[in-house]
Amino acid sequence: MIINHPILGPRDAQEFVYLGDAALIDRPDGMTDGIEAFHTYAYLRDNPAGDHRELWYHEQGDRSWLVVTRNTVTHEITKVELARDVARAMGRST
Amino acid sequence: MAEILQAMTALGAHGPARVAVGPLSITERVDLALASVAERRGRGADLVGAASPAGLPLPGPARYQAGTPFGTFWVAPGMWFAEAPFASHEWIADQLRAALGDAASITEQTDAWVIFDLVVVGEGVGLASLLERLCNVDFPAAPDGFATRTVMDHLGIYLIRQGAGAARIYGPRSSAQSLLHALEAAARAVW
Amino acid sequence: MTQSNRISGGQIDRGQTLRFTFDGQGFTGHPGDTLASALLANGVRLMGRSFKYHRPRGPLTAGSEEPNALVELRSGARREPNTRATVAELFDGLEATSQNRWPSLRFDAMAVNDRLSSFFAAGFYYKTFMWPRSFWEKLYEPIIRRAAGLGSVSREEDPDLYDKGFLHCDLLVIGAGPAGLMAALTAGRAGARVILADEDFRMGGRLNAETFTIGQVAGADWAAGVVTELATMPNVRLMPRTTVIGAFDHGIHGAVERLGDHLAEPAAGKPRQILWRIYARRSVLAGGATERPIAFENNDRPGIMLAGAMRAYANRWAVTAGQRVAVFTNNDDGLRTAADLRAKGVDLVEVIDSRKGDMIVDSRGRLGLKSVTVQDSKGQRRDITVDALAVSGGWNPNVNLYSHHRARPVWDDTIVAFVPGADGPPGLTVAGAAAGVLSTHGALRTGRDAAIAALGLTGAAPDLPEAEDATPRITPLWHVPQGKGRAWIDQQNDVTVKDVKLAAQENFISVEHLKRYTTLGMATDQGKTGNVLGLAVMAELTGRSIPQTGTTIYRPPYTPVAMGTLAGRSRGAEFKPVRMTPSHHWAREQCAVFVEVGNWLRTQWVPKDGETEWRQSVDREVLATRRSVGICDVTTLGKIDIQGTDAGAFLDRVYANTFSTLKVGKCRYGLMLREDGLVYDDGTTARLAEHEYVMTTTTANAVGVFRHLEFCRQCLWPDMDVQLISTTEAWAQFSVAGPNARNLLEKIVDQDISDAAFPYMGAGNVTVCGGLRARLFRISFSGELAFEIAVPTRYGDALLREMLARGAEYDPVVYGTEALGVMRVEKGHVAGGELNGQSTALNMGLGKMVSQKKDSIGRVLSTREGLTDPEGYRLVGVRPVDPAARLTAGSHFLDIGAAAVAANDAGWLTSKVYSPHIGSDIALGYLKAGAGRIGQRMRAVNLLAGQDTEVEIVSPHFFDPEGERLRG
Repeated sequence: MIINHPILGPRDAQEFVYLGDAALIDRPDGMTDGIEAFHTYAYLRDNPAGDHRELWYHEQGDRSWLVVTRNTVTHEITKVELARDVARAMGRST
Repeated sequence: MAEILQAMTALGAHGPARVAVGPLSITERVDLALASVAERRGRGADLVGAASPAGLPLPGPARYQAGTPFGTFWVAPGMWFAEAPFASHEWIADQLRAALGDAASITEQTDAWVIFDLVVVGEGVGLASLLERLCNVDFPAAPDGFATRTVMDHLGIYLIRQGAGAARIYGPRSSAQSLLHALEAAARAVW
Repeated sequence: MTQSNRISGGQIDRGQTLRFTFDGQGFTGHPGDTLASALLANGVRLMGRSFKYHRPRGPLTAGSEEPNALVELRSGARREPNTRATVAELFDGLEATSQNRWPSLRFDAMAVNDRLSSFFAAGFYYKTFMWPRSFWEKLYEPIIRRAAGLGSVSREEDPDLYDKGFLHCDLLVIGAGPAGLMAALTAGRAGARVILADEDFRMGGRLNAETFTIGQVAGADWAAGVVTELATMPNVRLMPRTTVIGAFDHGIHGAVERLGDHLAEPAAGKPRQILWRIYARRSVLAGGATERPIAFENNDRPGIMLAGAMRAYANRWAVTAGQRVAVFTNNDDGLRTAADLRAKGVDLVEVIDSRKGDMIVDSRGRLGLKSVTVQDSKGQRRDITVDALAVSGGWNPNVNLYSHHRARPVWDDTIVAFVPGADGPPGLTVAGAAAGVLSTHGALRTGRDAAIAALGLTGAAPDLPEAEDATPRITPLWHVPQGKGRAWIDQQNDVTVKDVKLAAQENFISVEHLKRYTTLGMATDQGKTGNVLGLAVMAELTGRSIPQTGTTIYRPPYTPVAMGTLAGRSRGAEFKPVRMTPSHHWAREQCAVFVEVGNWLRTQWVPKDGETEWRQSVDREVLATRRSVGICDVTTLGKIDIQGTDAGAFLDRVYANTFSTLKVGKCRYGLMLREDGLVYDDGTTARLAEHEYVMTTTTANAVGVFRHLEFCRQCLWPDMDVQLISTTEAWAQFSVAGPNARNLLEKIVDQDISDAAFPYMGAGNVTVCGGLRARLFRISFSGELAFEIAVPTRYGDALLREMLARGAEYDPVVYGTEALGVMRVEKGHVAGGELNGQSTALNMGLGKMVSQKKDSIGRVLSTREGLTDPEGYRLVGVRPVDPAARLTAGSHFLDIGAAAVAANDAGWLTSKVYSPHIGSDIALGYLKAGAGRIGQRMRAVNLLAGQDTEVEIVSPHFFDPEGERLRG
């Protein structure tokens, strides 16, 4: 597969390490949310046949974490974003 | 300054390696100092302001830019590698810190890498026929000054294009021997 | 032997004669020949034996789809089985051997299978070797193993090199027949970067095998002219002898280029083959079509071949397949073979055209065709004497690469074949015969149009030259209605019409079941000639249409790929790169024993003269370190530079314990959890300046921890001011441990390192040997007074030698990973066996380290009920009651007297060493409610090692539990 890196352009997926569901960005607050919230966060995943937002790490590149929207059936990639931008858009900061 | 302890190159020698295969020469560079420069959060303008008078270019993504005394290439968002002559910049991290203050995080990288200059002599031959056996970089299509991380022989390296027949490679120091072997073996397969 | 079947013309170089052998017999051929064409030229048509029935076989085809003519090429280490004689390029000195026969090709004892064929029908193995079960291992399997398989591999190491490589292009053209050449020419003239790949050694595809003209010249000459023009274009790369083996996602294609297969051996240092990964913006599949046979009784004899192949042998290779030849066809293309052979002066005896009601119903000739039986439309039968028969059942477009993304081809009633549909790989266009366009003009036109469409060209395109534009008419005939005999569909796997009938009868009617039940379409040719025929027969038997019956999935590779090609350079000593520590060269001089830790080669121990057992060396290294001083290269531990105004806060989040409060110039042990609350990694992190820390990780997790920190930094807390970079390779780091560690280092370090000036857990920048910058950490993994000293890597070797020289009076020892392991177990420090991905801080006795006052990765889930069970596993020390008894890591704890069953399992031994201090094996382990069982006796049971050892549960801190030594 080819991932169209937002900064570096098309790069071979072999350069990346796959993590999984981009929902991992949405980490609960460790001081206010409890075990239930963290359990959901750590273990519960959707497994769609279709578009999936997932985290890829450009380990053999610029070390950017990316959110890649990929169709799990066709492998078509329709969107690639910097995970940092996605996190900020979700209200994550420090 | 006389050497206090005798330095050993990444290849276990006391001088740089030079290898020739056909029109290709591989020259180990032990005369370069290297440090990473990472922009501190929200300090981009300060960094740019301090870098220019210090002779430190801050090129955009996938680019190398020569400067005096520093040649710099982009490695990650907000991060660059700066190289300078070792003789004048053995303490490159301190020198950069002095120039950039707290606008950037500076880390010594001189000894983390082995550096090979690859030069192919001859019109039109170019390095592409060698590099296409080693990494997925589209070298012929890349402009001079193109800088990228890529993989050679399972090793993460930086590749800088200096011309159709010239490139510089930064490889992990501990694997210098494996990397050189891979370069030589590929060269013998091509030439 | 003379080349008795060589005829006029052809694209061979008669000026040069090549000698070769087949089964030891000498023959001659010419450059341009394949092994098959040269053997046929010499009148040899028996080239192999079939897989199951050991039927004598000759070539069915003239290309890579060949099911029959499989031979072993070369000898010794270069012997390669299952090579298709039809594509093996002839070279001087080629040695070829037939396979799947014993003792010889003409007299094969296993041919008895043919007589017993009624026992070997489809499903034979499934039905026969089922009972009694005990017979399987001793009787059935050995028999089957001996009989199974095609050819035999050389058991010597492959002496050849294989490369891998990467290519980029705007347009990849797959196949260099008329469609591919026209596509490449169109794209090349437009300035696009083009790769034109063809599996053949001569580009031109069918144009080389036909007598058609293009424009005013012979097709083969037109092709040669186009190739010449393309060769002058710097933007075009011609890749003959290159098979595109797969179409993968997003324009990535795999291709195998054979650089050395047409040579006796590759030139020195040069690879035999290259596996290319081609990044193509667009691709044109112009892979042509494959002819299929018609099934009739005994249609597999040497001398019976596909009509297009026979025409190719005549036109391209100047070889006639026989002296008296007949043609059996259901379509117009078969008639071309008859016309071309006649034109070449071959005795063309008869054309049997099924469209006129005539059919061939049987053949004779044990080792080669002698006659066929023709039945006319009135049912009258007669034999005709022929030694070669051309058969054409129509052409199947080579849709394979189009279907590699699971696209299903669609049925075309005009050409009676599957053709590509609309849902192929994005960016791939199919042209020419592969698209079902079976005329030369159509191939040229669709090739040109495919390039224009793929690249969005708007300028002038090459003119289309004149060429024949007739789609061969066809009336389907799949198999001749048969009597008792066998009619072959898949010659490689000996699948006959009867086998398909049996599968249908037993309800294996889905194509995937049909394939697995009968083996139709398996093995080296993947059913290129037989699959559609088999489907058609199944369709007929089940009353369905062919498209309703469907096709199996097409998967890469298109043709077989040698394992060596896939391995490339990564084999033997070059399997992976090596990482050398700064002390590597010193250690080599000492004949140290190395151990692989990831890619690192670490010193495992350093034997001294007279030491013959590894334990002698390790015990000595441990004792010498604890008695005086030892030095260990610890460079391999991951080092991550963490800077920024939020560095401390960041570390508080990623470590279970607190680092923001660490004073500058100090270091602290850090425990890193995963989000699920289990321990991920540990190490020591020092604060070198207000906003600068250096973290160490375990050697194994160095890469993973860095990735994790980047995840935290970018995805979880994107606005923290934190910068990360690895410095693992930048610093040579040595542990100096033992009562004399300080004394030794005082001779090296320029600054005061007394306990007052550099107390336990101190860290900072120093200089050594009169001014060389260095870092010093007062940390201990051994329980001794210890420091770790780091210098720029280039000075690591010299520093080690300097320490040994200047500290000679303390008799320093260099110790390896084994002694390191002994000392850390003696001290009760956790490492790999305990950091096993299943253990919590509480399990390790480090529960109090998990700060509950701050948010850190893993804190919340580490408080889960299941992980906080007071009766759960705890780290304990273990020693055998009998000091002479041995312990084994992995042994399980059982109560005295308890049966060795899982229900009684109380935990396990995680690490075991021999402690020269204690004078026995000692171990660490996880024991249920272990903290409360210190002092009790249990058993360590290992059923695999046959050990059942009474042990005493002790504190994991075997050595200096109060830590007086390391604070000394």
